Amino acid sequence: MFMRRFSVIVLLLGLTGFTFIMAGPRAGLLVMIGLGFGLVLEGLRFGFAGPWRMIVTDRDGRGLIAQFIAIALVAAVAFPLMAANPQELNGAHAPVGLAMILGAFVFGAAMQLVMGCGSGTLINAGSGNLVGLIALAGFIIGSFAGTVHLGWWTGLGTLPVLSLQGMLGAQGGLIVTLAGLAALAVITALRAAPGKRLPPARLWWAAALIAALALANLVVAGQPWGIVYGLGLWGAKVAQAGGADLGGIAFWAASGNAERLDASILTDVTSLTNIGLLVGAFAVMRWRRDPGAPTQALTFGTYGWVLLAGVVLGYSARLAFGCNVGAFFSGISTGSLHGWVWMVAAFAGSMLGIRMRPYILRPALGSGVAA
Amino acid sequence: MNGFRTMSRPAVGWLALGLVLGILALDLSRSGAPDLFAAPAPFALGSGEAPTGAHCTGG
Repeated sequence: MFMRRFSVIVLLLGLTGFTFIMAGPRAGLLVMIGLGFGLVLEGLRFGFAGPWRMIVTDRDGRGLIAQFIAIALVAAVAFPLMAANPQELNGAHAPVGLAMILGAFVFGAAMQLVMGCGSGTLINAGSGNLVGLIALAGFIIGSFAGTVHLGWWTGLGTLPVLSLQGMLGAQGGLIVTLAGLAALAVITALRAAPGKRLPPARLWWAAALIAALALANLVVAGQPWGIVYGLGLWGAKVAQAGGADLGGIAFWAASGNAERLDASILTDVTSLTNIGLLVGAFAVMRWRRDPGAPTQALTFGTYGWVLLAGVVLGYSARLAFGCNVGAFFSGISTGSLHGWVWMVAAFAGSMLGIRMRPYILRPALGSGVAA
Repeated sequence: MNGFRTMSRPAVGWLALGLVLGILALDLSRSGAPDLFAAPAPFALGSGEAPTGAHCTGG
């Protein structure tokens, strides 16, 4: 036990030190922030996809209310911070469009099939969940594939980028954001069963820590926490290594993305926090006295479905301009209108995914522990 | 055969680390190490520079 925990500490320090030495202090700090996300999400069991399911199936609103609390905490600081430093800090602002709405809907359905969103697949894979690892591989493929067709999809109809700050000013935007989140919390509490409304202390702590880390991400990187871009970049790197010529793809030919493609992933913000997230979850799993039972054995066909769902998850997240983290959490907390639209579309998709889950996830005979 | 036995959590966790390590090694072999002299300031806030990182919300 001592040696195992000692090796976990060596792993965390080694990864941080390696990144500092290889790519500089900002990269090192971002890996540390990513590790923090991984430790909190896995250690305190704070998730996104699970609470969206629990409010529907079990009338348990505690996890969802904790999400709203975390987003509100970030918004309360991020709005004035961005208003005071517009040159140095960007919000997670993206346009609302047909493909964005469709992408969010499909993402919501797919995340219930693999029981993980963008951060969830990284956390699940790192903590030793086989379904999560297969979904992560699919997510990488899908988010890269989404970049190939993104121009066609956005051409179906897209509004200009709209932010609440832009429409109502920083103060007005913040008031509307906090009021909207409060209204959602009240609706969730009304829907939830008695005893399943107020988050336990664990989720309060998790919400506060996630908010602090998200703000640290904004201050260090100059942009909010995101997941999908990094995974798409990893897919592009692998495709390029396999001989694919990405110069003809509009997304990767754009100056900023072409620069990322040529540079090391150790200089990419979302890649760094993604790596930290996965390793942080791995560290929690290894630190525990009991790493937990392996996930339920599924049929071969089901593993194929999980891979496909992962591909769909990544592809749809790219079309939707983000996942639960980049669009929902960071979008809403930094004033993007698309974050709110994403939430509505993804929640509708999530309800469909919950209904599909028993038909898709079929356990192998003789296995017992749920995924 | 209906399915296969699932793997232990530590084994899957190590596989996940291997996946990331593999991508990182592949990337470093092709892109090379980052230029430390071009590394940005530790904090974007207060740096006086516009953020250059890419985000999921970018097209």
